Amino acid sequence: MAYDYEKSIRPGKLPHIWCPGCGHGIVMKGLIRAMDTCGLEKNNTAIVSGIGCASRMPGYLDFNTLHTAHGRAAAFATGVKMAKPEMTVICCGGDGDGAAIGGNHFIHACRRNIDMTYVLLNNYIYGMTGGQFSSSTPPGHLASTTPYGNPDPAFDLAKLAIGAGATFVARTTAFHATQIDKLIVEGIKHKGMAVIEILDDCPTTYGRRNKFRSVVDMMKRLKDIAVPVTAAAKMTPEQLEGKTLTGVLHKEDRPEYCENYAKIIARVQGA
Amino acid sequence: MAKKIALLQGNEACAHGALYAGCNFFGGYPITPSTEVAEVMSGELPKVGGKFIQMEDEIGAMASIIGASLAGSKALTATSGPGVSLKQELIGYACIAEVPCVIINVMRGGPSTGMPTGPGQSDVMQARWGTHGDHAAIALCPSSCQEIFSETVRAFNLAEKYRMPVQVLFDEIVGHMRERIVFPEPGELEVIDRTAPSVPPEQYKPFDTSFGDVPPLAAFGSDYRFHVTGLNKAEDGFPTTKAELVDAEERRQIRKVEGAEARADIELNEEYMTEDAEVVIFAYGSTARSARYAVNELREQGIKAGLFRPITLWPFPEKRVAELGEQVKAMVVAEMNLGQMVFEVERIVKNTCKLGLVTRVDGDPLTPTQIIDQVKEVL
Repeated sequence: MAYDYEKSIRPGKLPHIWCPGCGHGIVMKGLIRAMDTCGLEKNNTAIVSGIGCASRMPGYLDFNTLHTAHGRAAAFATGVKMAKPEMTVICCGGDGDGAAIGGNHFIHACRRNIDMTYVLLNNYIYGMTGGQFSSSTPPGHLASTTPYGNPDPAFDLAKLAIGAGATFVARTTAFHATQIDKLIVEGIKHKGMAVIEILDDCPTTYGRRNKFRSVVDMMKRLKDIAVPVTAAAKMTPEQLEGKTLTGVLHKEDRPEYCENYAKIIARVQGA
Repeated sequence: MAKKIALLQGNEACAHGALYAGCNFFGGYPITPSTEVAEVMSGELPKVGGKFIQMEDEIGAMASIIGASLAGSKALTATSGPGVSLKQELIGYACIAEVPCVIINVMRGGPSTGMPTGPGQSDVMQARWGTHGDHAAIALCPSSCQEIFSETVRAFNLAEKYRMPVQVLFDEIVGHMRERIVFPEPGELEVIDRTAPSVPPEQYKPFDTSFGDVPPLAAFGSDYRFHVTGLNKAEDGFPTTKAELVDAEERRQIRKVEGAEARADIELNEEYMTEDAEVVIFAYGSTARSARYAVNELREQGIKAGLFRPITLWPFPEKRVAELGEQVKAMVVAEMNLGQMVFEVERIVKNTCKLGLVTRVDGDPLTPTQIIDQVKEVL
């Protein structure tokens, strides 16, 4: 029997704004399946986003949803989670939103190890504004503001999250649809800051400028660059050139922020 | 039982006023000269089960209090001019999304880093027009430590009642001055909480104007779930570009503060010897303390002077200022900036009386002598 997505979608809010061929819908379906698998209660879950194509996702989902300002999702979400630690808090948004204008909030949420799951849709571009290069656009690639090729180095967002202190970091792509919900499920179940980077495609503003003739070409690229972290262990550096590791990249146990603060309250009130 | 009495700094009084009002969340970022508010809150909030968080930056602090407020908390942040500049983005968000929260601005000079340890009153227009777009503003301006306590309580009440950000502005002089504070008993000052929805969850719309210009607000994590956005939205909270809906929403958000009934509720002024005054000094914050001294001096010299002190700066006390303009020969605005509120006074009194201005921006307070000299010059 086909999976019933309707039960998690707000009535009357579709169709979505995303272009044909965009991977955001694949990610949203993965998120829906993951929240369902985890048995999340709608009233006890908040989905928080910033600004951009990916940040429109919460509006379609029948939960407490907070569409904030550009880059600020992690900071708003921190306020929600700290105020009501019993809630499940999920952030979603793009690479420009989360890692450029919102980079500071993102790394500090990782550092605090606050219990939230950040689904970071990395499509290498500012899509909503028409295709300007982002902090994760590969060097040399073309964007509307890099007509001679991107002079900037790109962030490795998963490495950034690990370096900043996130205690669960995973990566997959929009091509690997079934892995999306598996990793998000692990992220939601993990106590602490979980970052799931999902490499995505933007055929409209990234693909057409960078010689991806069709959406299929973009999806093939995502398939080709992805190497499971387990397989990578047996590969040479030459074989890994241009590849991206996928799967669970980092997992550790470290005290969670709200639990730590609850201990402070208990200690102060007990004294 | 005798009331609790303490010698408190203005910033400390602010924190205790917030706690009296039921504040249970503080998100902040260190900045002179407001930091003591955060320091006291970090110590006191855990005692009452509240939450304190020092965020990574000023914008994050503002974001955290909006998030916490939507989850049902009474939320506070405290900062100073440069911090308020950064917070403007999300003050606008709190305006359009109609989220109650309180922002303390302990004013120093400026622009930019300016003189961090000196007093100023140059953020009064920023409090009105700092964030982009049309929006209403509520800003309060106490001039003593006791009043900082009570105005912080009132700021929470207004934020909750009108579902919007409220700013409390006091200059560094009042913020760092120590005065005797009499703690009000519980129940002595009114404490208002936001109106929760009365309809069943499936009927709830976060901007349902059938309940008036200030729709009831549910909390995340309750039986109600809803959507919040910084886009123009319809009554159900979802984005809209329909002209009639956007127009109605924008106008309602101004009207809920600037309508006659709301103004009467929000405006608060102190008048001193204005009944028979021929000249009125318009002054606020610590400057009003010098102005009061100046009024006494002028009266001794046979000049019928009075003081008008707006405690609510925004919305501007248009009606009363217009009446005084009709009554007096001259009005003199005294402020620690190069002339900001004077333009509001000018807009209201028009040519009904003469208008004088005395300013100071060198890091020292305006003295009574400076004000007296200006009054005599205008008369």
